[in-house]
Amino acid sequence: MSTMPDLVPAYPETFLALAGMALLMIGVFRSKDATGLISWLAVAAMAITAVLIVTGSQGPVKTFSGMFIVSSFTSFAKLLTLAGAAVSLWLINAWVHKEQIARFELPIIVLFATLGMLMMISANDLISLYVGLELQSLALYVLASYHRNNLRSTEAGVKYFVLGALASGLLLYGSSLVYGFGGTTSFDGLATAMASEPTGNLGVVIGIVFVISGLAFKVSAVPFHMWTPDVYEGAPTPITAFFSVAPKVAALSLFLQVLAGPFAPLIGQWQQVLVFISLLSMGWGAVAAVAQTNIKRLMAYSSIGHVGYALIGLAVGTTEGARGMLFYMLIYVFMNLGTFAVILSMRVKGRAVEDIKDLSGIGKTNPGIAIALALLMFSMAGIPPLAGFLGKYFVFMAAIKAGMVPLAVFGLLASVVAAFYYWRLIKIMYFDAPADAFDRPDTATGLIMTACSVLMLVLFFASAPFVGGADTAAKALSLG
Amino acid sequence: MDALVTFLDDLPILSVITFLPVIGAIILLSIRGEEAVVAQQSRQVALLVTVTTFLLSLTIWFGFDSSTAAFQFEEKVEWLPQFNMAYRMGVDGISMPFVILSTFLTTICILASRHAIQKMVREYMIAFLILETMMVGMFCALDMVLFYVFFEGVLMPMFLIIGIWGGGRRVYSAFKFFLYTLTGSVLLLVAILAMYLQEGTTDIPTLMNAKFAAEMQTWLWLGMFASFAVKMPMWPVHTWLPDAHVDAPTAGSVILAGVLLKMGGYGFLRLSMPMLPDASAYFAPMVFTLSIIAVIYTSLVALVQDDMKKLIAYSSVAHMGFVTIGIFAANKQGVEGAIFQMLSHGVVSAALFLCVGVVYDRLHTREISRYGGLANNMPKYAFAFMIFMLASVGLPGTAGFVGEFLVLTGAFQANTWVALLAATGVILGAAYMLYLYRRVVYGELTKPDVKAMLDLDTREVAILAPLVIAVMWMGVYPAPILDVMSVSVDNLLTNYHAALAAPQAAALPDLAERVVAWLK
Repeated sequence: MSTMPDLVPAYPETFLALAGMALLMIGVFRSKDATGLISWLAVAAMAITAVLIVTGSQGPVKTFSGMFIVSSFTSFAKLLTLAGAAVSLWLINAWVHKEQIARFELPIIVLFATLGMLMMISANDLISLYVGLELQSLALYVLASYHRNNLRSTEAGVKYFVLGALASGLLLYGSSLVYGFGGTTSFDGLATAMASEPTGNLGVVIGIVFVISGLAFKVSAVPFHMWTPDVYEGAPTPITAFFSVAPKVAALSLFLQVLAGPFAPLIGQWQQVLVFISLLSMGWGAVAAVAQTNIKRLMAYSSIGHVGYALIGLAVGTTEGARGMLFYMLIYVFMNLGTFAVILSMRVKGRAVEDIKDLSGIGKTNPGIAIALALLMFSMAGIPPLAGFLGKYFVFMAAIKAGMVPLAVFGLLASVVAAFYYWRLIKIMYFDAPADAFDRPDTATGLIMTACSVLMLVLFFASAPFVGGADTAAKALSLG
Repeated sequence: MDALVTFLDDLPILSVITFLPVIGAIILLSIRGEEAVVAQQSRQVALLVTVTTFLLSLTIWFGFDSSTAAFQFEEKVEWLPQFNMAYRMGVDGISMPFVILSTFLTTICILASRHAIQKMVREYMIAFLILETMMVGMFCALDMVLFYVFFEGVLMPMFLIIGIWGGGRRVYSAFKFFLYTLTGSVLLLVAILAMYLQEGTTDIPTLMNAKFAAEMQTWLWLGMFASFAVKMPMWPVHTWLPDAHVDAPTAGSVILAGVLLKMGGYGFLRLSMPMLPDASAYFAPMVFTLSIIAVIYTSLVALVQDDMKKLIAYSSVAHMGFVTIGIFAANKQGVEGAIFQMLSHGVVSAALFLCVGVVYDRLHTREISRYGGLANNMPKYAFAFMIFMLASVGLPGTAGFVGEFLVLTGAFQANTWVALLAATGVILGAAYMLYLYRRVVYGELTKPDVKAMLDLDTREVAILAPLVIAVMWMGVYPAPILDVMSVSVDNLLTNYHAALAAPQAAALPDLAERVVAWLK
């Protein structure tokens, strides 16, 4: 006889799913356009979900026959994902009304994508991992082509879908190999199986490499990054903002969960792969961005680079590394949201522009936007006293502690190259002759831009509680 | 009255001096109105803030106890307790004079920018105020991470100052400055992280007593060296300096030469020497070699420059060569001479750049051959320029003499050859400075636009007079400054030599052997 699984640990996800369905109903039955209302309700639903996560058990608790796990690690990652999603939704809402392409389904798809991410973060089984991943991926494909009368947007959607499907295939194939040779799909079962065979048998190792490839695609790490610039450029800007934060956090957390959980005993096998991916991402992210002229493509390469830094934390395979990665992602989310708020306010006479040259001289014409972007860029480059510096500091500390000094030195030198293109934006804003002034940004965008850039200073000076949070979360992973 | 005294005693004076400029910058942001009004008010507010900061910094000089080597006016606030990182500030005899130098020169810079800067005045003043915070903070920081934060934070305002208000190839120079410095700095960060991981703290006084293995010391030292050598700048990584100087606005050059170059020397004294004594002794011959090359080579290069600022920039590299020689001579005369040389060069090179600025404002060229005969129509200017030129040469009775003489005495004790070769730099220094002076100030006053140039106005006299007084005072009566640093330098050297005398776990292998081993 089957018993009812314990639903309590999954309350936040359950609530979010029900809220999504309810909002869909509201959207359908409201006669006039309800996008604004539904967006706000979706943000509210995310906020309530966050409250449920904070007040709920910090575990570790497992339910659904061990397929779903809640711990202080998952809570940290979920809160970060929700924050990224909610702020993006706010940006999206401001944007759709300006572009007059509002449809009430949009916030609901964002909400379901977020639900998928939360499921991914809590996955404790290869099956639940895949289900969560696909829920978010399918929603993201739709979002990429949301601007359906725009050629580039539809192209981005198709590209993302085709390559994403390929990555999902790799992941599934890897999972099947792991299942075939490991005998189970459950993370706990796999952990036991792997521990008994620390050198790993070949089938499992190949399976892990496929799983890593699939996940590397989702976090857009080199050499699985090709889709990123095109999708970032083609997708509507606020949706790009969403792409660049929430799914990244979820996928990196999942990456960490998978490698630090069932495959932890095989660290000797996967560590070199991760070091390689991380080196390539940092290096290529820095070098390729230098030549970009479109700011969204630039941000795509920038996020590839940042993922490389975050992956150092994972490659190190220690609690310090995980802490560094989580803290890095925390800073990264707000840094990116702020930058995309700036990109969204790049509008000349009501028309959106996205060329880097369009920023020329805004130090004179729009000093407020210029200061915000300057702070964000200094932070991205990792210059103290801005938060980006601390993010890098903890990641590199973990690498040096683990004896990976060459990795740290390479990363730091890559950060100098990356600093060049971030500083180039500052040069364009302040050193070049002014071009057309931007329109005054709307309240929401302006507010997010200001808040995120101020946060870069706050996260630096009052970092103790945030690092503490990342520390607690990392300890829940029980790494070495 | 008593209440006031206690209040002043309880005041975290170093933090006040450090962050007062930032508060000033925030006030500047809130000014509203017409552009001309904003510009005017920005100038006044910035001047007020920097003068106040300077006066406050004098109180630490008067309140300074020069009979102890301990850090004074200490402050500590928890920042990241789980990593033993804290906001720790304090000064000793080595850092205190640099704080005064920074606040003094920033005030001069704000005054000197009154007419030269006409666009984005508010932003300019904000950049300078933030720069002042970073400089003062760096000299006061007693935590490695805090030190690094201020050390690297300097880049942002300086990049903007060169890039926005500079001339010529300002963008190129700004990027060159920033890329050179940042590349060096990140290696310093690796060293800081490695030291933290061994000792579990980033507290500078604690790390001074820490003992690092010989092998590790070499790597840590090289990481720090990469950073400080670029900042210094030492040959062959000095090439950013001439570009940055030439294209920076006058006040930017003043701060760059006056304070920013001292950060490297200060870093050697505060971090490399006390924390890594074995490696410092081990690498001293290399530093001597590079310094001598710098002294002789850049002096020769200075001799053939046609651009006044470039000439002074190269002379700065040469003078900084003396500083590194003095530091690594590791005796009292050498180190005190190096510190004094940094202070005197801070004042003298700043003054020389201001002198260039004076004629540049009138004729808008820095080409030496465009001038000539200024002694006839600009006697006051010629007099001031002469004082600074002679100080740069190292004439007895001026600030430059004391530092160079002490350094050479120190170097002579450490290594006769080093002293001999460095002394040729003094001769070459006289050659290029006197040659510059002759071409600009003497000769026939023939060119019509040069004839039309007016002598120093009241504001310029007000800027240059304190510098003339400082140069003469430091040259004639250097005792107050030397007394301040004496005990701290003694303490530094006692610890340094004690650490060297202590038995080593493993002797450092020969450098050549190490390179070979590494290549294998």
